Amino acid sequence: METNGAAFNAIEVSRHYRMGDAVVRAVDNLSLEIKRGEYVALLGASGSGKSTLLNLLAGLDRPTSGAIFVNGRDLSAMSGEELARHRNQTIGIVFQAFHLLPKMTLEENVELPLRLAETPRAERPARVRKALDRVLLTSRRAHHPSQLSGGEQQRAAIARALVNRPSILLADEPTGNLDTRTGEEIMQLIESLHRPSATAEAGAPTAAGSSAASNGMTVVLVTHEQTLAERFADRIVTICDGRIESEERR
Amino acid sequence: MKAGDLAELASRNLREAVLRNTLTTLGIAVGVASLVAMLSLGVGLQQFASRRLERTGLFDSIYVRPRQPDARPRGSFGRQQNPDENAAAASPEIRPLDEAARKEIEGLPGVIEVYSEMHFTAEASLGDHGELTTVAGLPASSSSNDAFDDMQGHFFSSPDATEVILREELADSLADAANIQPAALIGKTLALHFPQRQPNPASAASSPQPKPSASAQTPAAASLNALGMGFSIVPTEKDFTVVGIITSGDPGVGPEGFGGSNAYIPLQVAEQLAPVQGSDLREVMDEASASGGGARYASLTLRTDGPGAVASVEATIKHMGFSTFSLLDVTRNLRLLFAILDTLLGIFGSLALAVASLGIINTLVMAILERRREIGVLKALGASNRDVRRLFFIEAGVMGLAGGVLGVGMGWAIGRAIHLGTTIYLRRQGVPAQDIWSVPWWLALGAIAFAVVVSLAAGIVPASRAASLDPVDALRYE
Repeated sequence: METNGAAFNAIEVSRHYRMGDAVVRAVDNLSLEIKRGEYVALLGASGSGKSTLLNLLAGLDRPTSGAIFVNGRDLSAMSGEELARHRNQTIGIVFQAFHLLPKMTLEENVELPLRLAETPRAERPARVRKALDRVLLTSRRAHHPSQLSGGEQQRAAIARALVNRPSILLADEPTGNLDTRTGEEIMQLIESLHRPSATAEAGAPTAAGSSAASNGMTVVLVTHEQTLAERFADRIVTICDGRIESEERR
Repeated sequence: MKAGDLAELASRNLREAVLRNTLTTLGIAVGVASLVAMLSLGVGLQQFASRRLERTGLFDSIYVRPRQPDARPRGSFGRQQNPDENAAAASPEIRPLDEAARKEIEGLPGVIEVYSEMHFTAEASLGDHGELTTVAGLPASSSSNDAFDDMQGHFFSSPDATEVILREELADSLADAANIQPAALIGKTLALHFPQRQPNPASAASSPQPKPSASAQTPAAASLNALGMGFSIVPTEKDFTVVGIITSGDPGVGPEGFGGSNAYIPLQVAEQLAPVQGSDLREVMDEASASGGGARYASLTLRTDGPGAVASVEATIKHMGFSTFSLLDVTRNLRLLFAILDTLLGIFGSLALAVASLGIINTLVMAILERRREIGVLKALGASNRDVRRLFFIEAGVMGLAGGVLGVGMGWAIGRAIHLGTTIYLRRQGVPAQDIWSVPWWLALGAIAFAVVVSLAAGIVPASRAASLDPVDALRYE
């Protein structure tokens, strides 16, 4: 499969669930290519299958049929260990519910992917500090998630997603639990990771480890808010009933 | 994930549910304590029995007799015999058990002492009163026998001392006749009258003999000599100082023991006295001896430097052409008996640990439910199924290790309490306290290892369940 320049290439991917006698087609024979350095918004109503597609791209789930190539590598051919490594090294994931571990401090939460990657202990503090610097949370590093606001928690989750220097960021409704102003801040932060040079000029933190055309990360944003998608994404892919309803390049 | 990171995360998780994990660990500790307490009792009893039996000298001793030419060796002593004895008897060479053979046996590796059995009939006289009794010669090594533990007086001052130790029955009888307390016999002189064997002039031994009470051979001795027996029998008297009275037990060793003997003298002295023994009649019947072939032993007893050396020494002596007998088979049976006892005690002790393992399963299953979302996060961040499985395994192992260490301590304390209780009880009954409880290092380490293995086994199902959790479902879990 030719995947030149593609961060993701999903080919006729389906993900069906069985619920009793019924079969739910969460993703149905969907094909989608996302280029390296591209910012794509998967837009759709609740239950449209956009989060399922994101989980498939992340390697958290396996398709019922079809193939997904990430940076040219077929996820379906990967063993469980390889998929785990893919989630740890290639992508960073941000969830709507933050999913920080409540008993750990921010530092410890951000360090988790480094532990899983078996990064030498000596390297970890500097990497963690750099990631927290990027989201402007260095001063809160010893705090527990419960001591932070929603926006700070989401920024910490972004720091955790960035600490292993992935080339792709997957964000599943990152502003869903935040107020409008805080949501805007988070979106600006993600934008800064995608377009580091542009935001650096504006004084925002810069992203590293990117090989994209924009010199930033490939970003796949799952959202149901059309305005957010329109403001930030290079391309909007509208999903409905597990299929691509429309695509709009901006 | 590296083992150090896994251990760190596991210990953090254990600390987070400290009450539940402590209770689970305590459950394991109680199980291990019960196992250790049971087995320490079994091991203690085994060591106690071995100690007592080893002190009798029976289990590191071998009894050697000349092999008989008939099909069934008389070396079996009419008792239990080793299975390979008949095979050894098939050897064509039959050697006399003489001084040369004794020296050869003494030189074998692992042999620390060789002596002939000496027990003979004598009249023990204190003043005008005499008692017919059996006298036995005791080797110096018998001093460790527990029959001498609570004796009145002391053991022989030297291997060649003309001293005698009496059993209580004989001491009572002599003391009654002399109208004194038995304890007052210690220090008094006891005369032994016995028939002494003296070689014929033709085969006279060079060693000096005690002076016979009769200055010349009696007519009976002369007539035995005339029969060509090779030795004469002369009535002899020898004085001994009473140094001890045995109140309990029997210091006798040997297949026939010195049991039934009421007086004991040093073996070296007994050999010099050359009293006529029952075996001398056998020698009379033996043509080779009757023809004047020199001193021969009806049997020899040898002690090895431990029960472990018995088998090899016994095999060597059989190869030399003698019949042997040892209680090795009895020892084997005893070990088998204790192995069965230990197994039973171990099974009963393990029951509590089996119940405790259910506690581990319960704790880990609860932890999976509580930490479902955490498992999902770990997987989303790059934890493999193997990482998650190992994390739960380590948690189970740490609980097992902590429970094992704590349990060994508790088991030790229970054992000490039992020991204290039995000591107090035995003392109240007037019996000396006995150490019937032991926690050897291998039992402590084995119990800890067992606790860890049981805990890991209990963790297999929960850890596998945690590892196989679907991360998408786990992340959705509220």
